[in-house]
Amino acid sequence: MEITMALLEVQNLKKNFGSTKVLKDISFSLEKGETLSIIGSSGGGKTTLLRCLNFLETPSEGRIVVNNDVLYDGADTRKYSDEEIRKKRLHFGLVFQSFNLFPQYTALENVMLAPTLASRQTGESQESIKKRAEELLDRMGLSEKMNLYPKQLSGGQSQRVAIARALALHPDILCFDEPTSALDPELTGEVLKVISGLAAGHTTMIIVTHEMKFAHDVADKVIFLDDGYILEQGTPEEVFEHPTQERTRQFLAGYDQ
Amino acid sequence: MLGEVTITLLQGFGKTLELFALTLLFALPLGLLICFGSMSRVKILSAIINAIIWVIRGTPLMLQLLVIYYGPGIVSHQQIGFTNSTRFLAALIAFVINYACYFAVIYRGGIQSVPVGQREAGKVLGMTNSQIFRKIVFLQVIKNIIPPISNEIITLVKDTSLARVIAVYEIIWAGETYIKHGGLIWPLFYTGVFYLVFSALLTWIFNKTEKKLAYF
Repeated sequence: MEITMALLEVQNLKKNFGSTKVLKDISFSLEKGETLSIIGSSGGGKTTLLRCLNFLETPSEGRIVVNNDVLYDGADTRKYSDEEIRKKRLHFGLVFQSFNLFPQYTALENVMLAPTLASRQTGESQESIKKRAEELLDRMGLSEKMNLYPKQLSGGQSQRVAIARALALHPDILCFDEPTSALDPELTGEVLKVISGLAAGHTTMIIVTHEMKFAHDVADKVIFLDDGYILEQGTPEEVFEHPTQERTRQFLAGYDQ
Repeated sequence: MLGEVTITLLQGFGKTLELFALTLLFALPLGLLICFGSMSRVKILSAIINAIIWVIRGTPLMLQLLVIYYGPGIVSHQQIGFTNSTRFLAALIAFVINYACYFAVIYRGGIQSVPVGQREAGKVLGMTNSQIFRKIVFLQVIKNIIPPISNEIITLVKDTSLARVIAVYEIIWAGETYIKHGGLIWPLFYTGVFYLVFSALLTWIFNKTEKKLAYF
């Protein structure tokens, strides 16, 4: 039976750390070009979910399917090689809360490093990698900052370099883990603007954030994750304006003040 | 007189430098192996390596020199003919083991001080573990360890004088001969100048390197 599937299908995903159950039963799907916002209080499992998608953690159970390609299946007990895991990982990009730029490289070199290392397989020329990196940084509004080192950049600029770095590998889905939590309010705006621009350009994205207005405005779909469960999922209007659960109303009320 | 003493001391200092350079040549890479061993997930291996580090750091280098020097003869019940080269070899072995253990601990600190986010960023960018180590972690470790390593290396210059206890002809001994054969004490004090000049040179090199890496 042929079923057309969404770009990303997450089915009954669970993750335990020892006896602590962090993700209890997570299922959702995402279409190509959609933006998904994940909201919820700290410790609810948002970051763990992103880390599972990026194979920084191995899920305990469930399935992750991208483009009909099964990346993870808890029922499959065989051990994957590092090489295979690296391939799976490349479907996703991840932008970290703390940027994690490589301090010894300039902004441009940060963006070029991974494609350069991969060029032995991809055969992409150095000129083409450089041109692409420059274009990406330009799109991030950083054409003047390309040759600066991370310590010479502001937090907002660093995060935009990190976004360019993730985009340079053409991930199917770009994930953001609280991309503005380490930034002061003044710098938050410039990063959110860049992400909104990507959403307008139909980059498929999953954004974990505490910026509720942004989560509402940028997303096609919103998930409220609480204590390892998806309590609410739907359009921004459904989740923000007409939540079905008392817990969601309580959570959102905390942000209204 | 000063010229003659200087030449004699330079000969002794040659041995000092030889011991210094060879110790670094072997101890720096051996330290990395010991470091990986001490961080190994194989519990028994890391326990053994850490016990060795404890013994080496917990006993005087002078004692280790004597054990390496006399040990083989005592264990094998054989008369070992000591020559200048066997003495030097014993000293070298003792220094290499001792310094490798100190270096190992410094490396470990350097590796652990690289934030885990650096490795994770490399992973999500599809890099292999070896690419992550070579392209991301390595230079950051070097930068982190230069101050403590430079301390150890400058200490090593002076520690080489301990080789004198197993009769390796280094600069202090060269200076002492003037007391025995002529009652002159100043050549012994003069040896200090050689150490000072050499450690000044090392300090200059380390400062240069630190400045070179200050861009990140």
